[in-house]
Amino acid sequence: MSDEWRKKYRLEALQAVTKRATFGNDIDLSDFVTIPKGERGIDEDVKKKGLEVGVDVEGKKGGTYFQVDHSVLLSQIASRIKGVEMMTTDEALNKYDWLKGYYWKALSVSQDKYTAIAELRQTKGYFIRSAPNEKVEQPIQACLYIGTEGVLQAPHNIIIAEEGSELNVITGCTADSRVKTVAHVGVSEFYVKKNATLVFTMIHSWSDEAYVRPRTGVIVEEGGTFISNYVMIKPVRDIQSYPTAHLVGKDAKAKFNSIIYASKDSIIDLGNRIYLMAEGTSGESIFKVVSTGTSKVYNRGQIIGQNRNTKGHLECRGMILCPTSSITAIPELVAEHSDTELSHEAAIGRLQEEQLHYLMARGIQPEQAIGVLVKGFLDPGLPGLPERLQEEIRAKLALLERKSSPQEPC
Amino acid sequence: MLLSVQDLHVTVEGKELLKGIDLEMEYGEIVAIMGHNASGKTTLALTLAGFPQYQVSKGKILFEGEDITSKSIDERARMGMALAFQSPPAIRGIKLGHMISLSAGMNPWQPKPGDDPDLPKKILRKVNLEPEKYLDREVNVGFSGGERKRSELAQIFAMKPKLMILDEPDSGVDIDSLKVLGNSLQEYFRTEKCSMMIITHHRHILQYLKPSRMHILSGGKIALTGSYEELMPKIEELGYERLIKEASNT
Repeated sequence: MSDEWRKKYRLEALQAVTKRATFGNDIDLSDFVTIPKGERGIDEDVKKKGLEVGVDVEGKKGGTYFQVDHSVLLSQIASRIKGVEMMTTDEALNKYDWLKGYYWKALSVSQDKYTAIAELRQTKGYFIRSAPNEKVEQPIQACLYIGTEGVLQAPHNIIIAEEGSELNVITGCTADSRVKTVAHVGVSEFYVKKNATLVFTMIHSWSDEAYVRPRTGVIVEEGGTFISNYVMIKPVRDIQSYPTAHLVGKDAKAKFNSIIYASKDSIIDLGNRIYLMAEGTSGESIFKVVSTGTSKVYNRGQIIGQNRNTKGHLECRGMILCPTSSITAIPELVAEHSDTELSHEAAIGRLQEEQLHYLMARGIQPEQAIGVLVKGFLDPGLPGLPERLQEEIRAKLALLERKSSPQEPC
Repeated sequence: MLLSVQDLHVTVEGKELLKGIDLEMEYGEIVAIMGHNASGKTTLALTLAGFPQYQVSKGKILFEGEDITSKSIDERARMGMALAFQSPPAIRGIKLGHMISLSAGMNPWQPKPGDDPDLPKKILRKVNLEPEKYLDREVNVGFSGGERKRSELAQIFAMKPKLMILDEPDSGVDIDSLKVLGNSLQEYFRTEKCSMMIITHHRHILQYLKPSRMHILSGGKIALTGSYEELMPKIEELGYERLIKEASNT
């Protein structure tokens, strides 16, 4: 952080280190360390956890970025996949002077204490960029892994899909099965240029005591498409995130799909905000959640129509399995132009008994039948995802279908 | 004796819908249950299958000599009782092929030796649903009446039951589907010798299955019992009400 040009961000961040976030519980991050003692290599546990979030560290699937705590252990790609480059954000900022023009431009460093801390205690992060007009078929994978107790991981990621390109990025965030209390405040800035498409799939698999505050800003230019697929099935202590997309170019599109299985005493506060800034832009957010245990889920969504011929839709579908859990849907539609069409739809209810009995009448035990129905309810059918990844997500959901899960005491 | 229903009284939300049913079925026997709307036919089917909202207030149900009156739906199903629903629910996110595997007692995540991964395909062919088209369809989602009934048969065939309870397998289907359903059931009966209780309004499906006995329900009771040959023409001639009335007069 010695670079002169970063100083202004640092100063801004210092002003904001105590600024509470708009949503979610206030987390005290002062006890978490940025640089852990000792180095962690890619051992079997890392590999296993990587696979759990869809990232193959053996690199058979193509480009891979693998960050453990603050260290980047693996960043292989460029030679193998045409039209994409991947490196750490620091390396990229050194290599490309123009990249400074993208740094903290999709969201503000002083947004809240978490963006501020991410700047002040930045621990690497990835830079991925597709070259203009390149249709990159192979998905690029990145894994952010926390391997040490008490660590705060604060990467700053930047993805740029250059004009006319297509890029598919799969990110897995996970923690070692032995660590408990950890924190993650990843910053992500996504830039989708004219007529480009970025499909960003994020699979979260944290530990029971993980505090997670990702901060994401997206800017989509004319004719560009941004698709976000978010999957979280394992419990977490407390996560809050509210990615915001700015559709600045004519006919730009953004779509957020979220699939959440909330268990134990997880506190999950997730949502999206989409600014329909330019003419003809459209945005959609579809949130599917199943809650068990004593989990608390909030789904926020906001679409702001600011120009003519814009369209936005919010959808929340919730299934509540335990009466001790809760799901709260908070949709907001803001029309700032007379020619915008905004809608929302929220339906939360319990498991349909009729369906449960139907499965039981086939000889399926109730616990497994619930699992089958939960999997069916959450089943992705996510757009823009390669079939292989769809299958991986399905396989993850299938864990819910196995006989012993997902029933847990309510 | 496969099934023995003794003095069965059933209430739903405080209202008595079955008022003392006595009924027996042998292994490999086909029995038809007929009767006008709201006579208690579906109540009988769902009570036998163990649906908890159908409360047995008196009497009992024996299956292979075992009292199953307080057993759950899935326990009864695993004992060999399979219900084909009159109006099965649509279930999003679950593929028909998967449902057939589950119905066959297979666990796709922990296959046992001897599990046949091609079973869903084979079974779909038995009910004339092309596997290529239907394996990956979501269960009953967007299915026509006939497709639903055939999907029901596929699922219960996979269960290899000892007793099939078919709740109006012929309602809401066109003539082509009826033919398929009739032939599939006939073939299944021929090869598996599984007992069947057929609830129906029409004689069409019975032409394929030829029940050994028919019971006519009225007001939650069996009003009349007889052979197919004896009762069917009378039902068609007189209708249920007159038939029951005349029978009680004699």
